[in-house]
Amino acid sequence: MKSDFDWKPVALVPLLALIVLPFIGSPSTWLTLTVAGLAMGMIVFIIASGLTLVFGLMDVLNFGHGVFIALGAFVATSVLGSMGDYTGSESLVQNLLAVLPAMVIAMLVAGAIGLAFERFIVRPVYGNHLKQILITMGGMIIGEELIKVIWGPLQIPLPLPTAMRGSYFVGDANIEKYRIVAVIVGLAVFGILWWVLTRTKIGLLIRAGVQDREMVESLGYRIKVLFIGVFVVGSALAGLGGVMWGLYQQNVIPQMGAQVNVLIFIVLIIGGLGSTTGALIGALLVGLMANYTGFLVPKAALFSNIALMMAILLWRPQGVYALSK
Amino acid sequence: MLTRLLSNDYPRSRVLAVLLVALVVALALTPFIFPGAKALSVAAKVLVFVVLVASFDLLLGYTGIVSFAHTMFFGIGAYGIAIAATRMGPGWGSILVGLVAALALSFVLALLVGLFSLRVKAIFFSMITLAVAAAFQTLASQLSDLTGGEDGLTFKMPELLSPSFQLTESIDGRMITYYLLFVVAVVLFLAMLRIVNSPFGRVLQAIRENEFRAEAIGYRVVYFRTMSSILSALFATLAGAMLAIWLRYNGPDTSLSFEIMLDVLLIVVIGGMGTIYGALLGAGIFLVAQSYLQDLLKLASDAASGVSWLAALLSPDRWLLWLGVLFVLSVYYFPTGVVGRLRAARRA
Repeated sequence: MKSDFDWKPVALVPLLALIVLPFIGSPSTWLTLTVAGLAMGMIVFIIASGLTLVFGLMDVLNFGHGVFIALGAFVATSVLGSMGDYTGSESLVQNLLAVLPAMVIAMLVAGAIGLAFERFIVRPVYGNHLKQILITMGGMIIGEELIKVIWGPLQIPLPLPTAMRGSYFVGDANIEKYRIVAVIVGLAVFGILWWVLTRTKIGLLIRAGVQDREMVESLGYRIKVLFIGVFVVGSALAGLGGVMWGLYQQNVIPQMGAQVNVLIFIVLIIGGLGSTTGALIGALLVGLMANYTGFLVPKAALFSNIALMMAILLWRPQGVYALSK
Repeated sequence: MLTRLLSNDYPRSRVLAVLLVALVVALALTPFIFPGAKALSVAAKVLVFVVLVASFDLLLGYTGIVSFAHTMFFGIGAYGIAIAATRMGPGWGSILVGLVAALALSFVLALLVGLFSLRVKAIFFSMITLAVAAAFQTLASQLSDLTGGEDGLTFKMPELLSPSFQLTESIDGRMITYYLLFVVAVVLFLAMLRIVNSPFGRVLQAIRENEFRAEAIGYRVVYFRTMSSILSALFATLAGAMLAIWLRYNGPDTSLSFEIMLDVLLIVVIGGMGTIYGALLGAGIFLVAQSYLQDLLKLASDAASGVSWLAALLSPDRWLLWLGVLFVLSVYYFPTGVVGRLRAARRA
């Protein structure tokens, strides 16, 4: 990236972890909570990355993003439910042969619905934030109700495949296997996004299109198609995040999109709307905070995130990595 | 006289005027012309929502601020009455104490939220208020000693307002409560009409249209925005108090749930943003539709019972789906709402 990269926000993550260490006392409990927090942060990052991408590049705030998360999770219940032989197997390879198709199908379905969502809900309101907020909210109501029509209004269990259950022990610290999976997938998503945006021609065109749309169009590139592609990718990432989140919670409900919305908004505000790196930092901070306060003062878990957001905003009113436009 | 009452803001469309008068007359005479408890409770809900939606319109339609924390103030009003009536017993004194305490709390919170987040970008503000509202709802269900938790609070009103009270053969406490709400709603509605048509209201509109220019002319945008949030919060608190007095019950789902926020958004958009009249017309149309839509859907779904997927779509439980479709269509085709459309039709 740029040579004058701002490291201060990145330092916040280890700083937060170190500050709470004396409060928690036992290092092994601290390690357990920290790994759990980082893993949760990675899942939240996958969910939030699509939204921040769409906002950063297309200047569209999609309040209906949660629908794609729920959609991904529900598709995963159907796919995994039909592959009982593979998910019930003790072999990790067979489990992965079930989870990977579930992820791919969830991403494809969410992406396809995202295409329709962009065409019918978002396209008429480009450039008008107020209408975007209202109409994507309407889109979320419709999506949530349609999910209820297809999968029913009740909670559906989404059990982890057998080999991903249980945990490893590092000394006394208890590290669940699924959390390692979450960290790997999250890092992969971040790596790919970063690589595409900064190292490929498509990324160059997208960034150029954000800077000066007319100029890029006059050079003969079809920015519109590119941006629709960005929206589809954002929706697909939400679908992937939904699968991860559903497996993490081990059950899914149609309202999960609206519940997760609050969390990802906090993450994006902390990170700075539109910044992928910011979303990663914000998600990790939120994940750590949720696990630490969940252990220290369980009742304050939700408020701690809001307090964190307020504190960050007092420091940097536009989030830790504000877009420079 | 009428000019003064309506603050020189006439409906400006004959059809609209007729509709509004019809609605007000219907609301005024509901206990006599529409029999049954359901009609009366729908009418009372309309009265509460007229105030709530108009107060939200002050923020959204006139100042251009999208806040999702509006139900928080609505809830504070309802909980103010509920907690005071539970703790102090039924009586006018407890209503007064509850109301004053709720208004004070709303004032402080609106000031804090306003000062803190009106300085950030508009889109940030919406997201922050969404988070604050979620936190407040969690708080209300966790403080179960004070708020009754998820179960909420059931309480009694002064004798004059309780359903068992009989003034004459045909006039009971329920009807007296209804007319109390009616009078309060009319007064608050006219007060809000007054506010938006005052020089203060004009500045709000100027901020909505072009914040930068309003600042350049010399108006302090942060001050006016904060004032607008506080005013709208106080009116929402009063609406919440009206709801609690009518229901004699309050819980998180009754006054704080996100669905109420969605209803308010829908009504503002359908009625017409930036027109206080839109709140009146929108609340009337929407709540009647909502209350009777489920019956209607049941008929449709029975008729379509042969085609299972159609029957599933038309099931009464899916009424929110159709409201969502209606919402998207109205943002598409009626960006100015019913009121805006009717006014434009006259001008054309």
